[in-house]
Amino acid sequence: MGEILDGLGAAAVLVFTLDPYLVEISLRSLAVTLSAVLVASLIGLPLGAWLAVRDFCGRRAVVIVLNGLMGLPPVVVGLFVYLLLSRSGPLGVLGLLFTPWAMILAQVFILLPLIASIGLQVMGDLWEEYAEMLTSLDATPTQQMGTLLWEGRHGLLTAALAGFGRGIGEVGAIMIVGGNIDHATRVLTTAITLETSRGNFALALGLGLVLIALALTVTAAMHLIARNRGTHP
Amino acid sequence: MSRRAGSRGLLPLELRAAQAERAGKRVAGPVDLVIAGRGLTCVIGPNGAGKTSLLKMLHGLLPLSAGELRWQGAPEGLRARQGFVFQTPVMLRRSVLENLAYPLRLHGLGRTAARARAAHWLERVGLAALGEHPARGLSGGERQKLALARALVREPELLLLDEPCANLDGAATHAIEEILQAARREGTRIVMTTHDLGQARRLADEVLFVVHGKIHESGPAGRFFEAPRTGEARAFLNGEIVR
Ligand SMILES: Nc1ncnc2c1ncn2[C@@H]1O[C@H](COP(=O)(O)OP(=O)(O)OP(=O)(O)O)[C@@H](O)[C@H]1O
Ligand SMILES: [Mg+2]
Repeated sequence: MGEILDGLGAAAVLVFTLDPYLVEISLRSLAVTLSAVLVASLIGLPLGAWLAVRDFCGRRAVVIVLNGLMGLPPVVVGLFVYLLLSRSGPLGVLGLLFTPWAMILAQVFILLPLIASIGLQVMGDLWEEYAEMLTSLDATPTQQMGTLLWEGRHGLLTAALAGFGRGIGEVGAIMIVGGNIDHATRVLTTAITLETSRGNFALALGLGLVLIALALTVTAAMHLIARNRGTHP
Repeated sequence: MSRRAGSRGLLPLELRAAQAERAGKRVAGPVDLVIAGRGLTCVIGPNGAGKTSLLKMLHGLLPLSAGELRWQGAPEGLRARQGFVFQTPVMLRRSVLENLAYPLRLHGLGRTAARARAAHWLERVGLAALGEHPARGLSGGERQKLALARALVREPELLLLDEPCANLDGAATHAIEEILQAARREGTRIVMTTHDLGQARRLADEVLFVVHGKIHESGPAGRFFEAPRTGEARAFLNGEIVR
C-alpha cells in the first residue's frame, strides 16, 4: 500500500514538473497513434462509405472479414509487420524496422478494420435512409460516398476516436516492431512495461497517469461530439 | 421558365406492359401509360393498390420485372429531368438552405450560385425565414414545402409527388396546392398520388384510378368524378371498400 502511495506522489512530481523524459515519450505516443489514426481513417472511412453504397457479389464476405479483423491480436500484427520490414523481408530495403514509422504502420493495420467497420455501420444506417433520395437526385457513386462521409461526420469522428483509444493503449505490436529504444521508439506503454520490470514503480505510475489522462481527454471529446450531434439531429 | 421550350424534352414518357415485383410478389402492373403534354394527373386508389410503386416505376426507381419504360432524349436524362417528392421526405442533416442547394451542387453548380438559386426557391415556397435552421427541425408542413422546393429547384419537366399533403392542415395543403398550380402554369407536367378526393377534384386534369396494381380506370377528371364507368370507381368515390 505504501509503495502505491509513494508511487503516486512521485508520479505527481513527474507530471507537475513536466519531466523531460515523460514529456518526450508522451509526445511520441501521441505522434505515433495520431498518425496511425489519420492514415487508417483516410483509408478506412472511404472504404466504409464504398461498402455502404456498393452492392456487389461477395460484399457480405468482405464485411464479415472486416468485422473479424477488428479483433486482430496486436502481437500477431506486430510479428507480421516485423517480417515485412526485417532486413530479409519484402520491405527490408526501406530500413524502417525499429523506427516510429514501423510502429505507425503496425498501428494502421490494427486500427484500419476497426475504423472501417464502425464507419460502415454509421454510413450503412445513413444509406438505408438516403438511398432512394440520392438515387432520385442522380448522385454519382462518388457523390453518394461524399454525402455519407459528410452527413455521418459526427459518428465517423467517434470511429476515429475509438481507433485512437485502441492505439494509444496498445503495447504488443509496437514493442515488437519498435523495439522500445530509448530516445527513438519508446512510448508510454512500452515505457510502463520497462519501468515496471525494473521496479521503478513511481515512474511507471506517472506514465500510467498520463496515459489515463489522454484516454479521458478522448472520452470527454466523444461526449462533446455526442452533445453537438443532439443539436443537429 | 422559357428554358424548357428550347431544350430537348423527356416527354412523352411511356410505360408499356410494365410490371414490378417486390420480394418476388407483383406489386404493380401490367401497366400501359403515356405521360405527355401538359397538366396534372392524380393517381388515386385504396391503400396498397400500387400508387407509390407506379410513381417509382415512372422515376426508374423501381426496376421493371417485365415490359419497358421509354422516354425522349438522352438515356441518362430520365431522373435528371424529373423531380420526386417521397411519401416521407428525407432531410439531410444540414440547414434548410443547404438541403435545397444540394441537388444543384450535385449537378455541378458552384456553392454561391447554388445557394442563390436555392434562396430564390425558399422565397417561392415561403420558407425564406427558416433558411439557416436545421432541416430536421422543421414541422411536417414545412418539411413538405422544402421537399417540394427540392424537387422543383432543378426545374424538372415532370414532377412526381407521393401524397404531398398527407397529414397537413388546410392552410398548409392550400399553400402546397398553390405552388403546384404555379408550377403547372409554368409548364411542369405533374403526376401525384393523393387520398384526398377533394384535392383531386381541385387539381386534377386527368385521373388514374389504381386497384391491385393496375390502372382500373382513367380519363379526364371531370368525367371521372361525374360519371365513373366502373363499379369499383363508383364505390371508391362513395367511400366504400374496394376489393
Ligand atoms: N419494399 C417492399 N417490399 C415488399 N412489398 C412491398 C414493398 N413496397 C411495397 N410493397 C407492396 O406493394 C404493394 C403496393 O404498395 P404501394 O406502396 O405501391 O401502395 P400504395 O398504393 O402507394 O399504398 P398507400 O396508399 O398505402 O401509400 C403493397 O401490397 C405493398 O405491401
Ligand atoms: Mg403510397
